[in-house]
Amino acid sequence: SLFMMSLPVQEEERYIHANNRPLNLPYQYADNAIRTSKYNVFSFLPLNLFEQFQRLANAYFLVLLILQLIPEISSLSWFTTVVPLLLVLTMTAVKDASDDINRHRSDKQVNNRRVDVLIDGELRSEKWMNVQVGDVIKLENNQFVTADLLLLTSSEPLNLVYIETAELDGTFILKCVFPTGEVRCEPPNNRLDKFKGTLTVNGQTYALDNDKVLLRGCTLRNTEWCFGLVVFGGPDTKLMQSSGKTVFKRTSIDGLMNVLVLCIFGFLAVMCSILAVGNAIWEVREGSVFIAFLPRPNGVNAGFSAFLTFWSYVIILNTVVPISLYVSVEIIRLGNSFYIDWDRKMYYPKSDTPAQARTTTLNEELGQIKYIFSDKTGTLTQNIMTFNKCSINGKSYGRSIGEKTQTVDFTWNELADPKFVFHDPSLVELVREGDLAAQHFFRLLALCHTVMPEEKTEGELYYQAQSPDEGALVTAARNFGFVFRSRTPESIRIMEMGQEVTYDLLAVLDFNNVRKRMSVIVRSPKGKLILFCKGADTIVYERLHPSCLKLKDTTTSHLNEYAGDGLRTLALAYKDLDDDYMEDWRRRHHEANIAMDGKEERLDELYEEIEKDLMLLGATAVEDKLQDGVPQTIEQLAKADIKIWVLTGDKQETAENIGYACNMLREDMTEVFIVAANTAEGVREELEQVTMCPDAPDKPVVVEARAGLFWRQKTRKVEDEAVNGEYALVINGHSLAYALEKDLELELLRTACMCQTVICCRVTPLQKAQVVELVKHYKQAVTLAIGDGANDVSMIKAAHIGVGISGQEGMQAVLSSDYSFAQFRYLQRLLLVHGRWSYLRMCKFLRYFFYKNFTFTFVHFWYAFFCGFSAQTVYDEWFITLYNLVYTALPVLGMSLFDQDVNDRWSSQHPQLYSPGQLNLYFSKKAFVRCMMHSCYSSLILFFIPWAAMYDTVRDDGKDIVDYQSFALLAQTCLLIAVTIQLSLDTHYWTAVNQFFVWGSLSAYFAITFTMYSNGMFLIFTSTFPFIGTARNSLNQPNVWLTILLTSILCALPVVAYRFTLIQLWPTINDKVRHKVRKEALPAPAPRRPPVRRISTRRSGYAFSHAQGYGELVTSGRFLLRRPQKIRTALLFPQSDSPLSQGQPQLYRPITALNRVPEEEQPAQQS
Amino acid sequence: MSKEENTANRPDNTAFTQQRLPAWQPMLSAGIVIPGFVIIGVAFIGIGVALFVTSQNIQVLEKDYTGIETNSSCFKCTNPRVKNCNCTINFSLDKLFEGPVFVYYGLSNYFQNYRKYGASKDAAQLTGDLAYFTEPSTSCVPYQRDAKNKPIVPCGSIANSMFNDTFKLFQIVNSGNVAVPLDGKGIAWWTDYNIKYRNPTTNPLKNAFNDTVKPIFWPRPAYELDTTNAANNGFINQDFLVWMRRSALPNFRKLYRRITEGEYAKGLPAGDYALVIGYNYPVKAFDGRKKVVFSNVSWMGGKNQFLGIAYLVIGSLCVVMSIVMLIVYAKFKFPDEE
Repeated sequence: SLFMMSLPVQEEERYIHANNRPLNLPYQYADNAIRTSKYNVFSFLPLNLFEQFQRLANAYFLVLLILQLIPEISSLSWFTTVVPLLLVLTMTAVKDASDDINRHRSDKQVNNRRVDVLIDGELRSEKWMNVQVGDVIKLENNQFVTADLLLLTSSEPLNLVYIETAELDGTFILKCVFPTGEVRCEPPNNRLDKFKGTLTVNGQTYALDNDKVLLRGCTLRNTEWCFGLVVFGGPDTKLMQSSGKTVFKRTSIDGLMNVLVLCIFGFLAVMCSILAVGNAIWEVREGSVFIAFLPRPNGVNAGFSAFLTFWSYVIILNTVVPISLYVSVEIIRLGNSFYIDWDRKMYYPKSDTPAQARTTTLNEELGQIKYIFSDKTGTLTQNIMTFNKCSINGKSYGRSIGEKTQTVDFTWNELADPKFVFHDPSLVELVREGDLAAQHFFRLLALCHTVMPEEKTEGELYYQAQSPDEGALVTAARNFGFVFRSRTPESIRIMEMGQEVTYDLLAVLDFNNVRKRMSVIVRSPKGKLILFCKGADTIVYERLHPSCLKLKDTTTSHLNEYAGDGLRTLALAYKDLDDDYMEDWRRRHHEANIAMDGKEERLDELYEEIEKDLMLLGATAVEDKLQDGVPQTIEQLAKADIKIWVLTGDKQETAENIGYACNMLREDMTEVFIVAANTAEGVREELEQVTMCPDAPDKPVVVEARAGLFWRQKTRKVEDEAVNGEYALVINGHSLAYALEKDLELELLRTACMCQTVICCRVTPLQKAQVVELVKHYKQAVTLAIGDGANDVSMIKAAHIGVGISGQEGMQAVLSSDYSFAQFRYLQRLLLVHGRWSYLRMCKFLRYFFYKNFTFTFVHFWYAFFCGFSAQTVYDEWFITLYNLVYTALPVLGMSLFDQDVNDRWSSQHPQLYSPGQLNLYFSKKAFVRCMMHSCYSSLILFFIPWAAMYDTVRDDGKDIVDYQSFALLAQTCLLIAVTIQLSLDTHYWTAVNQFFVWGSLSAYFAITFTMYSNGMFLIFTSTFPFIGTARNSLNQPNVWLTILLTSILCALPVVAYRFTLIQLWPTINDKVRHKVRKEALPAPAPRRPPVRRISTRRSGYAFSHAQGYGELVTSGRFLLRRPQKIRTALLFPQSDSPLSQGQPQLYRPITALNRVPEEEQPAQQS
Repeated sequence: MSKEENTANRPDNTAFTQQRLPAWQPMLSAGIVIPGFVIIGVAFIGIGVALFVTSQNIQVLEKDYTGIETNSSCFKCTNPRVKNCNCTINFSLDKLFEGPVFVYYGLSNYFQNYRKYGASKDAAQLTGDLAYFTEPSTSCVPYQRDAKNKPIVPCGSIANSMFNDTFKLFQIVNSGNVAVPLDGKGIAWWTDYNIKYRNPTTNPLKNAFNDTVKPIFWPRPAYELDTTNAANNGFINQDFLVWMRRSALPNFRKLYRRITEGEYAKGLPAGDYALVIGYNYPVKAFDGRKKVVFSNVSWMGGKNQFLGIAYLVIGSLCVVMSIVMLIVYAKFKFPDEE
């Protein structure tokens, strides 16, 4: 770009003076204007033409044009190649121009957005493009972030900002408004998750990291205003830097087409060589003695003549090289992309989001998907937890799925959350009646957690939960009358059935992944000491008092039931403690806490010691709400033989739980393998233990082959293996890291591909991409990745097709995706309907396109044997010019835009219809060869039938009819009608448009022919239209029409008979469904049956998306100063840029403003 | 109002955008295919019979007069040094050759469809445009100009190689020869005669050809092609027009005359005939053959057995195929179950 040219030296470090334009000027940093457009008015023509002629077919036509300038070679008039070439170039240029105009327009719109910039101590409204690096700008709520900013300060209601910042550094706020600091930071780069730099203010240096940066492309939310320092502008922003390197995706059909075009060139060379040799022989045997009538001024030279003939035939047979192919393919893809944009069944009314085909060149690949890689949170699930059921004291409450009950009225509770819904009124009655167990149950939920409350106005409570599960549980307690109001490090204040009670918080026994439980120890106002514990049922059960045995059994059956429904369960228990023991324990706890070494172990021991002999209270069941229709979609896609792999950053338990909820994991599966080793050896052992088929070979079978242009590309493919049973694989991120190493990846792939379901948990974005690459590379299968967050970007880019879920969290996944829509369930329609149709249409188009061009060309080949290999065309030159452009263009386009074998409802009803695409059945090298054979047959008919029928015959008035012009007219009419009939046979779906195109093109042919052969045209353009009168004199002859009929029938009937017999003997799934469509008008809508409850083996429904460390936080008291949960001020919409944060589903990512950097994170790094 | 705003992006619900356009969805079902084949087969057999019978009824008499065999009467004329050679071919008809009878000359192994041959003419010159009389198109090379650089009119290979054998037909009656009148009018296409080829308006026609030379092979210039009929000269000479409509295939026949006058209008009665040939056109050098063809025509044009036989064969094949398909259908019948 321009900017790069002005900076010859690679920028190594960026040095910025805040709010000081003159000082920043010498560095010539790029300003904030962006330019995504490719051309300007003057550069458009040369640049665009240069790009277009890089395409093989276009370049070939340019060569042809040059050849035609040589009179010795020129066998066709210039217009036969110039007109198509011009048309193709113009259409492509128009498309490129309109694309570029759109880019110009959007650039202009973005560049002219206004933002407040701090100049000379006052805020001035400036255009975005005039914002300079080093400027301080003010953003307001819901504004787009102008450039990559260093966040300086932001608003906070209720004066909290002022108070807090004053506590830290009273004068800093002033400096923020007129800062004069200096920033040193990394040069522009495309890493969205990293930022390194330092800020120096008043001689003090602060470290800067990614948390203090606002990236361009984000939107400010829930924040009244903020100030930021522009660090990177325009082309240097991380967004532009990372979007510039988009990989240009191409479909496998594109690749195949390139190979075929090369094959065609080879084939063309062979044909021309044969004809050249033929010419040499003819020249020696016939031409040299025919000189009386065909003089050779330069004498007979067979070799030279053959050489010229070769090139002449290159010109004549040019129609085998499909120049208009690419243009037509683009048009078809564009049309099919529009259908996706227009589809109301993929429009999500709640967020007013239609589906969007962001890439218009990949459509047919949608019909060939073999593997889907899906994110979990936000894609399969809504990231909303609801408290659905609970078991208290051996009784289960809450509605079963499918059951209809009224919702509970919580109006008696002033502090209730109106959004909370529960379906079992008996529980409320129980609580209100004062049932001790029930009250204790909700008391536990109100006390045992790490949630932060926020009460902006009296009674208006907001909970900031670190995990949505906890939020759901605390909210449930709140609605049932145990309202958590506030907390200090030492106390928790709750409302118990309208009465305010404050508990002393003595200890928080924090959650971690090994303990799988958390406990709190509190002292009630009455002085009673209680330990409340919630955790995984298996863990809690081990620590129960023997007296709970009976309760344990009933609770277990409830837990099974919940697990079977795919709910996430936690067991709750409590224990009364006595003062003396507690005193002792606290002392030891304190000692352990301040111990220098072995702190963790000592604490664990202490926790273990106190968390025993617990009294079981019951269990909770929280539903991780799936998006609508997810299990049905997955079921349908599985029926279409598409394998779905879930790649999630979540923990194993939560991922498994969702696996069960979506029916991907089932109790009736033969086995669910879990790979969770921590060493390479362990992973290898676990993978090798997996045996799904007794007689499988020890090592994965790798088939090596060659493909691509000139077969230069080596491919290695892991063969699918037969499996006896249904298996599933769950693998975690640690194991995956080892399994993706070179020596294990094939073993992993083999195992994974034998499983029906694969779930990878705790994977990083990079690993997601690696898994996709692995399958892409060794399975040679078409992959699709679907996700919604920034952590899915890598896999979306890596897969053949990336799908972004829009309208949920951010735009980053959508921005890098090829298709986007609002709900996971639309994937079914995208693939099974749009993808399948696109693939079908594209393949039909290609087959027909090659057929019609080859048939056209081969007739010339046969004629060569009768015209002394003189490169005499069979057809009128105008017919050659218009054949592809006018006479056959629209019917085939109509077919490829409207054709459908069965309609969308049947497509969804029979997902098996999808499999031909996966197997590449409709268009492959084989299909291409078949096309050529068919063309060969047709061309033989189309030449030799007219030849024989016209041999030595005359008109019915005795005059000439076997003259060249009449024969040309006959041959071309036969050809056009034959290919049109072939098209009609290929068309399954005759809309009015198709009818119009087919009949219109035929009529146009006759109209144009009669016009061109008319007296008037000849009198005006004498030498251009020499065929005057041919149509009149020849098309009024019955034998001409009988010949046309004969050729048409001979071309069409074998195809009909062949297809009919094929349908009878080996009906494909399409034939069967089409047959069924005949009989039934419309399919019955698929019954939405409720998921079957599966209660078989004991399975834990425990899943808790909690992370460690928050217990310490709530007891440290630091949150009062830092208010870590309150910092949700500058909220960036694209969340979880860093791999670390995506293990914890959360709604927003807090951006830490600089003035809130904790002291210990501010080492004085004086530079 | 607010509801409208919320659905601003909702796609239109039209049959086109939702891909629900009403459509006809034909299928290759047995109910259509098998009867279709039978109908086509029967129809083809019908047409085939008609064509075949018609073609059988067309009488054709071909006489090769190339003179290859040493005992043939035209052998003497094959020597290129012999000028103005005449030879006679005798033949007899044992029954009436029904009229109107058309006389054709036929050439074989003659590549009128050779690309450079076909391109070697000047369309503008042939419309009578005098500008092209002095400056013939370069496409006529090497027959654009003669050795003295004078423009050739009409230029080019096609015109230059115009067929110039002449035929006279006599019926031998009582050892006397009765000339059968041959009609040379209207043997070319109407469009060729009226539109495509036109003489310059110069009067007399001869003046238009000042400063030009006749095609090298021609014995007489274009304005003297027909000495008996002044109107049949120049570019609209019927024989010239017939020749200029070049053939598509290397074996071809071209209309020479029609027998439409007098007592022969109903045909050539049975008897002996003598064909006197003015043998001028050399074909032996390139292994070509010349022949004279007498033929009458029908609604389907000249005699061509192929079309009738082809229709019969294809029709029968269709019927056979329909039976085969019926058997296949009955035996394997499309499986209805999923």
